[in-house]
Amino acid sequence: MSDTNVQRRQFLKTSVGAAAVAIAPGMLLFDMAHGKSEAVSSKVRWGMLIDTANCADGCNDCVTACNKENGLSGGLSPTDSQWIRKVELKDMRSGREVSLPMMCQHCEHPPCVDVCPTGASFKRADGIVLVDKHICIGCRYCMMACPYKARSFVHEPLHDQKPDVPRGKGTVESCTMCVHRVDNGQQPACAEACPNKSILFGNLNDPDSEISRKIRTVASTQVRADLGLNTGIRYQGI
Amino acid sequence: MASHSPLRFKNRLFYALLAAGGLVVLMGAYAVHLMEDQGHIITGMNNQIVWGVPHVFAIFMIVAASGVLNVASIGSVFGKTIYKVRAPLAGLLSIALLSGGLTVLMLDLGRPERVIVAATHYNITSVFAWNVLLYTGMFSLVVIYLWTMMERRMNPWSKPAGLAVFAWRFILTTGTGLIFAFLTARQAYGSALLPPMFIVLSFAWGLAVFHVVQTVIYAWNEKTLDPAILQRKKNLLGVFVIGSLYMVATYHMTNLYFAHQTGFERFILLDGGVYPGLFWWGYIVFGNLLPLLLIYVPGLGKTRCVMAASLLAILGGFALLYVFIIGGQAYPLNIFPGYQASSSFGDGQIAAYQPSRYEFMLGFGGLAIAFIITTVSVRVLNFMPQDKPYIAD
Repeated sequence: MSDTNVQRRQFLKTSVGAAAVAIAPGMLLFDMAHGKSEAVSSKVRWGMLIDTANCADGCNDCVTACNKENGLSGGLSPTDSQWIRKVELKDMRSGREVSLPMMCQHCEHPPCVDVCPTGASFKRADGIVLVDKHICIGCRYCMMACPYKARSFVHEPLHDQKPDVPRGKGTVESCTMCVHRVDNGQQPACAEACPNKSILFGNLNDPDSEISRKIRTVASTQVRADLGLNTGIRYQGI
Repeated sequence: MASHSPLRFKNRLFYALLAAGGLVVLMGAYAVHLMEDQGHIITGMNNQIVWGVPHVFAIFMIVAASGVLNVASIGSVFGKTIYKVRAPLAGLLSIALLSGGLTVLMLDLGRPERVIVAATHYNITSVFAWNVLLYTGMFSLVVIYLWTMMERRMNPWSKPAGLAVFAWRFILTTGTGLIFAFLTARQAYGSALLPPMFIVLSFAWGLAVFHVVQTVIYAWNEKTLDPAILQRKKNLLGVFVIGSLYMVATYHMTNLYFAHQTGFERFILLDGGVYPGLFWWGYIVFGNLLPLLLIYVPGLGKTRCVMAASLLAILGGFALLYVFIIGGQAYPLNIFPGYQASSSFGDGQIAAYQPSRYEFMLGFGGLAIAFIITTVSVRVLNFMPQDKPYIAD
């Protein structure tokens, strides 16, 4: 073998080695940043069934858990974000009282997604409705369009945000169904925190899931079902 | 020398007016800076009233920008000479109002620095996104239209350009109405009546703005408008005011007929605090009835009366939009029909709204932009209507 060939092989080996050393950390970080390589699929539709009969009047545990999980202040002024709230209802004819948690209903046909000019409001393949904080321009049209008043606008600068839950001043936000937990195989914080297990979280598309079995056996409703939005959150007892 | 002094005075007055307009724009810019820095917390807007006074100003200017072109359309499309000579001024006012309105709308965004995202990320189902195209298209079309009118060699093209503008502004105001018409869940909106209502409102508001500007330009140049022309134009304003009154009445009447809407109508028309007052006094009495009297009562209807009628119609427009936009949001959303609701997030309660001075600064800043564009253009280019001796056509 000629000298030139040996030199050339040496050069190629060194180059490949150097390239590997240069690229490897990047690949590692890319993997870390992207988490699971598997994309969400429409085979799954995440949803919740809320049993209002078990939801205790005055109990606020789901709200507290949500605020803690997502780094919300928990303030109740008209400019504070509230991703989930307890609503007290009284039937105007019978006087029957009901208490229930209200949040983004994760519609199949979300009006917020339809009206968003930039596509910042979007629905994931698995049915979770989210806001891309990078392209939200803060026009608030989605807040006008939402039939459930589920969205809040960030009116003030934010401090101490949770790394898993990015938020931004001047953008709109709402319940993410704790997407960062769901993607790790956990339940949303509100469902986990409910002392009476009134919030049942699961896959509406899986006929064998607990939520699907229960929806088959008990009477449940969608809030403002007349709008035909096919919400992912269902209620029992209203 | 003495004959020169009025001219010098006018010159100074022009620059003083320009400076005053500039100052108002600066105030608006200051408000925007504060809103950018501290967030919308310094405005009166909140999570229940998400669109406030800036939207009242912006929508008035955008609707009027479309309506003012009526003057041009009657000239170019329908061939009426007295309107044709006014088409350039109408085009200019349209551009000025559109610039002012869009500036306010854009600067009220939570993230105005990202406005370019509205062009790079485009959601085809959003009526807001359609409006981005409608507004920019209108702007360009009106510029082309002005060019065909003011450049002699382009004159043959002014009729097709006028026709294009005519069609475009109808679609544009339809788009503005659709912003609200597509909000199915809110009691105040979600009606197919809104786009035509906005179109008719635009006729009245646009013509009123045109009258005001024309009267000022004539006074500035010490000219008098031919009484026969004034007569025709004030009658047109009267018809438009009656038309808009009809549309607003129909909108409320249809609501009153639906049992599930009576609560909302009661709120807006009867017991909703500031809103019924603004509606009846601001819009109906001062914005419609008084202008109609000033126009039609025998003996009135002269230059000053028409000027007053136009100013009142403009104020009425602001009152109506305040009631429509803010009152419409203040009435609680009916999320649980048949139930009485209460929560920490304003369910079942009338939402409170106290506009802050920054919102007004931004709104008036937009008006000042329209004012500066108009004043400077009228001075440097020939927008003065050149009437031949009036012959009815």
